[in-house]
Amino acid sequence: MNQHLLLGAEAIAMAAIDAGISGVYAYPGTPSTEITEFIQHSHIARERNIHSTWSANEKTAYESALGMSYAGKRSLVCMKHVGLNVAADAFMNSAMTGVNGGMVLVVADDPSMHSSQNEQDSRVFGKFAMLPVLEPSTQQEAYDCIHYAYSISEQLQLPIVVRISTRISHSRAIVVSQSIQKQNSLNPDTDKRKWILIPAFARMRYAHLLSLQPKLLELSEKSPFNTVVKGNSKQAVIAFGIAYNYVMEVITAHNLDISVLKISQYPIPHTHVAEFLYTYDSILIAEEGYPVYEELLRGFSGNNKLRGRLDGTLPRTGELNPDHIAQAFGIAIQQEYSIPVFVVNRPPELCKGCSHRDLFEALQIVMKEYSHNHVFSDIGCYTLGALKPFEAINTCVDMGASVTMAKGAADAGMHPAIGLIGDSTFTHSGITGLLDAVNDKSHVTIIISDNATTAMTGGQDSAGTHKLHSICEGIGVEPSHIRTITPISTGLQENIQIIREEIEYKGVSVIIAQRECVQVAIRNKKKNKTS
Amino acid sequence: MKTNIIIAGVGGQGILTISSIIDLAAMHSGLHVKQAEVHGMSQRGGEVQSHLRISDSIIYSDLIPLGQADVIISVEPLEALRYVPFLKEKGIIISATEPFTNITNYPNIDAVLSELKKFPNAKLIHASQIAQQLGNIKSYNIVLLGAAIPYLGIPQEQIEWGIRTLFATKGNAIIDANIAALYKGLEITK
Repeated sequence: MNQHLLLGAEAIAMAAIDAGISGVYAYPGTPSTEITEFIQHSHIARERNIHSTWSANEKTAYESALGMSYAGKRSLVCMKHVGLNVAADAFMNSAMTGVNGGMVLVVADDPSMHSSQNEQDSRVFGKFAMLPVLEPSTQQEAYDCIHYAYSISEQLQLPIVVRISTRISHSRAIVVSQSIQKQNSLNPDTDKRKWILIPAFARMRYAHLLSLQPKLLELSEKSPFNTVVKGNSKQAVIAFGIAYNYVMEVITAHNLDISVLKISQYPIPHTHVAEFLYTYDSILIAEEGYPVYEELLRGFSGNNKLRGRLDGTLPRTGELNPDHIAQAFGIAIQQEYSIPVFVVNRPPELCKGCSHRDLFEALQIVMKEYSHNHVFSDIGCYTLGALKPFEAINTCVDMGASVTMAKGAADAGMHPAIGLIGDSTFTHSGITGLLDAVNDKSHVTIIISDNATTAMTGGQDSAGTHKLHSICEGIGVEPSHIRTITPISTGLQENIQIIREEIEYKGVSVIIAQRECVQVAIRNKKKNKTS
Repeated sequence: MKTNIIIAGVGGQGILTISSIIDLAAMHSGLHVKQAEVHGMSQRGGEVQSHLRISDSIIYSDLIPLGQADVIISVEPLEALRYVPFLKEKGIIISATEPFTNITNYPNIDAVLSELKKFPNAKLIHASQIAQQLGNIKSYNIVLLGAAIPYLGIPQEQIEWGIRTLFATKGNAIIDANIAALYKGLEITK
């Protein structure tokens, strides 16, 4: 037996390799990063020549995976929930084209926002695109459902969505693997009507997608991942994905006689759900994420048999846990001890010696000279500049928004209009915004804090390393106003002077603050020592 | 058998190393394992914890319910106190005494330690000091793991096997240093 101790994310990666993928495409994002990293470190993946380098963003990743599928091979694309917003155009339209080689999208949601700016539920996207969604509850199921997903993807000729969340992605358990399958051979799709979504063809494709819906429902009805635990009382639970674990934990620990319908494949299986709705007097709906199906099952009438996140039985927001489920059944929590009042929080912080620290120090000194001292910022380690001791940024919205919000604010008459962005975030979604600013000759100062890595997610390669200057020059920033500085304490006075000059320049200026991430530097040093 | 363990500390203190060794030992003993850990933003010097559950029967939840942890192993004393709501009545706390003070408002360390001493089964261990005496300061987390051995429900040979497996590629010197740290820790609580 092939037993492995794997994170949910790693179980997915191993399953994808075993299912014969020829490539994984992704941009790092917690809690999805470890899927791609596992494949990058796999010897088997290397032997099989499986593509695994990082993409510039989730949209380029999704489209590359779709291209590999077009060519007839199996592909995997991974992202965090907000990454699917970036890839949404490609995603929605891939439901219209369909696929050739099997294609699976793994999207990792982050309820409770451990490392994210919202807790959107990707199952809504699955429904929006009218695609099958799988939501494993265990690491073993995560492994098994990937094999299944590739099989139905090729059978239905549709991309399949696998939705996971932080807890399953970052939790380890023992997983039994299957034998490895052959990779598909090159077999490009020749059906132009399928792939050219001009209106006349697109209407046909939409009709086709709709015609597949009964088949999708049929697969859910007989899915090995949708199961029933029979009890004898009039109480029941419909538990989705990982919520099933918490429900079963409570039921077994307290010997409750309650029936459970576990749903891990969507569209939801109508027969099972209808049977539960008619048979039981009180039904708890346990979903990790939004109350998507609770809302649907309640309908306009509200259905007072149902309990869940919408009536306060479970919390409306955040990740579920076994204590929430126990309380929903009226079981008292056996908590003996409380946290002493003097135990303060320990928020994350920028590392000692981090280049962002020196940049913030210089920037803060300059900003004190202005009455409007707002800094539009972005998503990365430098977002920690929002916290003490710096409190140096005013915004963090979505990837790339620092550049474009600074531009909009400059258009409104704000000065200085500063956009502070990391190197990887800049190549992800900042370049096009900078082009807008150049074309409008906006009075903005864009600071790219370039530590030559995607640091926040653990130091993955950054798409723009060594290219940032030429990218800025290429889209038309005046070369004399692309300034490179080294954010280091001995350069403080010089850096202050350069920032001051560029803020005062009436046009687009870019300051590239360049110094390697200290974590990556330590890691490289260790690597060099051992090799 | 079923053991629920919380492993706590600050990002970068080797919490995941302790978890990985227990995981391997449990799997090698034919037990079920579930272990939830923290990745992402909190790893930057923030509070991190791991919920580790081992059992001879199926484990459903990846998270330990409140009041159900048999053991808290903490690499840092303030962090041990953060997770006491999870501790069972008379549960075990194995904690290092040395504070990690990367915050300006870190409470008085004497108050932290005397609060820990109020727990009926708290074992406070000068883990860094012991590791230093052994000549390998980095193995302080393994000293704590050693002290936890009597409460894990896994034989010590299996834990030793876990260390040998996890550090297999690091060479004998590192393996031996960690095994020495393990048994030094065990001496304290045995």
